[in-house]
Amino acid sequence: MAAGKDIHDSERDKVWSRLMAAAQTGDQHAYARLLHDVVPYVRAIIRSHHRTADRIEDIVQDVLLTVHRVRHTYDPSRPFVPWIAAIARRRSIDGLRRWRRTDMAELFDQQAYETFADPRAKRESETSDRVAGLGDAIAALPAKQRQAVEMLKLREMSLAEASGKSGKSIAALKVNVHRAIKALRARLGKEVR
Amino acid sequence: METTEQLITRLAAQARPVRRLRPPMVRAVLWLVGMGGVGGVAIALFSNLDVTIGRLSEPLLLAELIGILGTAIGAVIAAFYLSVPGRSSRWGLVPIPFFVLWMASSGDNCYQDWLVHGTDGWALGESFACFRFILMTGVPIALSLLLILRRAHPLAPIRVAAIAGLGVAAMAAFLLQFFHTFDITFLDLAVHLAAGAMVAAGSALVGLSRRRGGFMPPARPM
Repeated sequence: MAAGKDIHDSERDKVWSRLMAAAQTGDQHAYARLLHDVVPYVRAIIRSHHRTADRIEDIVQDVLLTVHRVRHTYDPSRPFVPWIAAIARRRSIDGLRRWRRTDMAELFDQQAYETFADPRAKRESETSDRVAGLGDAIAALPAKQRQAVEMLKLREMSLAEASGKSGKSIAALKVNVHRAIKALRARLGKEVR
Repeated sequence: METTEQLITRLAAQARPVRRLRPPMVRAVLWLVGMGGVGGVAIALFSNLDVTIGRLSEPLLLAELIGILGTAIGAVIAAFYLSVPGRSSRWGLVPIPFFVLWMASSGDNCYQDWLVHGTDGWALGESFACFRFILMTGVPIALSLLLILRRAHPLAPIRVAAIAGLGVAAMAAFLLQFFHTFDITFLDLAVHLAAGAMVAAGSALVGLSRRRGGFMPPARPM
């Protein structure tokens, strides 16, 4: 049984290796087939680190983008599986770090929206209602910052997706969204006061 | 929101022929031979080669030179291997035995010097000149190595740049031996190590800056 699995794995590796070698010469069909074929394998690796479906899919896409970027580093005389597995594991761990940072920065407290026992809280709530509105504040942002906020915060796209869609680098998107949040905080905070 | 299927279609449509990287050992040897050539010319033209060759009869100094050169070659080879996905992380262990030999022989050399000269063994020799030498030779060598390693878009850039930095620091220390024709004190050794650590840390910082869209671009498309 184990021997059968080994033969299957070795055959699969040979097929993937051939497809990648063809992809390196510019064969788009071979490349598309390879990417299709490796997705379940990549997803299985990522699943060992992540639970939610959207995060898993986000990292699968991150892995595919990385494969595309580093496809010239694959040596067809070597097995393909360790190469793709190393990329999948690294991106999966990078994803863990990224979300840990995000989770630490974000708070979720349902009651915080509903507590009005403290009159000061109610007053603040009413004051915030008077604020011209978040939409206006976002509309007033510079175009790059507005696009970053809309994609990453309002439409909840992943960095990889937003990068692919906008053509902007991940680093640039992070900087723009950071500046936008800072600008919104400054503007809304001023109006509340 | 782009689905995985749509992403695959987009990436496949962008597939152009790529120039494969040569195997890490070939790239490492080519780079080392190139650097060896430049270093050899510099040694032949500017160093006090006769004195250095005369000092090679001292077994401790010979062990130190082997340790330094082994660290340099081992770390550079390791950096080339670690920059490519799927290669064993054990390549990072290659320079360690040589590094231990370097530190042990160098330390023993200082100890002997201290026994002979007593507290003078702690004095600062030509340390500042050596410090400057290691930095001035290390920085251009590090830049050339990091530029070549950058082609692989390493998945773990900090680790790759740090081990490359160790190799470069050792290479600069090796060259220094041909211009540094006297026994070193403990303080000299500390200054050499500090200069080497600065080269290695500087290289690691270059690896770090890659994450922020700096010197080494991220593996994901920009």
